[in-house]
Amino acid sequence: MPEAPPLVAAERAAHPLPADLLKGLHRTMLRIRRFEERAVELFLTQELPGFLHSYLGQEASAAGVCAALRRDDYITSTHRGHGHVIAKGLQLDRMMAELYGRTTGYCKGKGGSMHIADFSRGILGANGIVGGGIPIAVGAALSAKMRRSGQVVATFFGDGASSQGAFHEAANLASCWTLPILFVCENNQYAVSTHCGAQMRIPDVALRGASYGFPGIKVDGNDPVAVYLVTSDAVERARAGGGPTLIETKTYKWLGHYVGDPGAYRPKEEVAGWKANDPLPRYERYLIERGVMGEAEIEAVRGEVHAEVEAAVEFARSSPLPRPEDALEDFYA
Amino acid sequence: MSEIFYKEAVRDALREEMLRDERVFLLGLDIGRFGGTYKATQGLWEEFGGERVRDTPLSEAAIAGCAVGAAMTGLRPVAEIMYIDFTTIAMDQIVNQAAKLGYMSGGQARIPVVFRTQEGAGRSSAAQHAQSLEAWFAHIPGLKVALPATPGDAKGLLKTAVRDDAPVMFIEHKLLYNTRGEVPEGEYTIPFGEARICREGSDVTVVALSRMVLRALEAADRLAGEGIRVEVIDPRTIVPLDIDTIVASVEKTGRLVVAHEAYTRCGFGAEIAAQVMERALYSLEKPLKRVCGKNLPVPFAPVMENFVIPGADDIVRAVKELL
Ligand SMILES: Cc1ncc(C[n+]2csc(CCOP(=O)(O)OP(=O)(O)O)c2C)c(N)n1
Ligand SMILES: [Mg+2]
Repeated sequence: MPEAPPLVAAERAAHPLPADLLKGLHRTMLRIRRFEERAVELFLTQELPGFLHSYLGQEASAAGVCAALRRDDYITSTHRGHGHVIAKGLQLDRMMAELYGRTTGYCKGKGGSMHIADFSRGILGANGIVGGGIPIAVGAALSAKMRRSGQVVATFFGDGASSQGAFHEAANLASCWTLPILFVCENNQYAVSTHCGAQMRIPDVALRGASYGFPGIKVDGNDPVAVYLVTSDAVERARAGGGPTLIETKTYKWLGHYVGDPGAYRPKEEVAGWKANDPLPRYERYLIERGVMGEAEIEAVRGEVHAEVEAAVEFARSSPLPRPEDALEDFYA
Repeated sequence: MSEIFYKEAVRDALREEMLRDERVFLLGLDIGRFGGTYKATQGLWEEFGGERVRDTPLSEAAIAGCAVGAAMTGLRPVAEIMYIDFTTIAMDQIVNQAAKLGYMSGGQARIPVVFRTQEGAGRSSAAQHAQSLEAWFAHIPGLKVALPATPGDAKGLLKTAVRDDAPVMFIEHKLLYNTRGEVPEGEYTIPFGEARICREGSDVTVVALSRMVLRALEAADRLAGEGIRVEVIDPRTIVPLDIDTIVASVEKTGRLVVAHEAYTRCGFGAEIAAQVMERALYSLEKPLKRVCGKNLPVPFAPVMENFVIPGADDIVRAVKELL
């Protein structure tokens, strides 16, 4: 079995990364964590309608990727997309309002948890169709190239999505046209109940890069610095006209597929092992050891984020519900 | 008779057919140990093993295509497409391959495949998980289309679907899985193309599909309180369609309401309306009415979702307007 290139150790940050960047990664991860914890509670008490796919456990992946992107770079996201869009800069209050189906939400209550989009931030949308966003991202990359805008695109998708024909077609096309795109496969080990080992007979999705003629790199998806470094290299290459990269972030979703799925198909030791590898405390230790942040500062950030999320919930709760007839608006055909 | 859940009726039909015919097997996403997203295959993996209850990678085109190929070569697959919305990805295999190859091969190929899927709104699933797309498949010559509304029909029709030598789209409804209903004891099947008159009445005919059958019955109950007698008909399969039963009812009542969750425009209600007008235009005392989904993507927020999907109130109103 061929081996994908080795993990990029966070230690590669020998030439130290700016403190702002490192702190930013931390705050982003915390914002995702707290937002998701709160959303799960609200879903379980039936304040939130619909489905909820939690990003808990995967925070470092979105944070690391998006920190390497410019504000005007594009992303496409998935059904498990809250982390991606928070990391790409969305406000928690308008996100929460969307989860509540309120008029102040990013999609005015028409999309909900699975469909958050904000084009002004380069977020071309989360998607309810697994793999649906990948070809769209290729189109955005083509457009960036034709408009010579210098933008790059990161398309997030799961291990399961890599079995979709759309992935293959999109990757091949992006390669043929040398497009500025990053295929970011977040391998959280499962597609609903199906372990990735039952979906493919290679150890890493990253290996597939070779079959399209571009690099495929696997990285510890619970290490935000490692993810950031790999992504920055890929972004640099893409902006310079070097074409696509496939990045596989190895991570784990803590909860089952959706909130309410007990995830009984997963061995208990596996879940425990990954929880012990919680990206947040691990990164906080790293920050403290490197003298980037002290305990007190970390605690202060936690407090701020906590308050931000509570304010988001309040904002959502006190926002108006749509009128039934609002369903007729934003529609042209 | 015994009372069981709709999801159990689906499972029992699959189980009985798998026991009866070893060529029958299942494939789809998370249908094995997980038991399916709506638990309609629960227990079958344990009983029949992973050879005959096959979890697939996340690849709808491959699920559908693999089922077509297996069906052409001697097996009788039941392929599950988790949501009807995802048939879009499998459409070539369903529409251009399954529906056509028997015919284009001059009758050499038989393609005894069942595509099981589910549709419908009502869970704030938003526009990519809440559609009702039966009319797409009804449009295609070469596909049969069944939409069971009750556990009894789900079981009897699914057994017929498995035994049919043509491709069948078997469309369940996500909000019906946890409804209960009576199922005959022992072996039975329900033929395709036979509507069920769910309730007799002489004032207005309501033809309803899938979950709207339950809403039509609810509306009929309420109207009965006001002395209005509604006849509720469930076609159960729309290809083949039992138009005779519908026409006979319209000839009796002179008034027709067609109800489904699918978008009004080009929904199957339009086909029923056209066929009734071809056969019984002069029996209609008033122009017929369609009580169907609005021509809009299904919105996420419950208030808006309720607005675009019709309910019993809408049927009551339509019936009264016809009187
Ligand atoms: C085309 C399509 N098929 C099936 C589904 C149902 N579904 C939603 S998420 C999912 C699993 C996705 O797995 P993966 O890509 O690994 O993402 P994860 O949920 O693990 O983040 C499935 C099967 C869907 N939404 N779209
Ligand atoms: Mg996954």
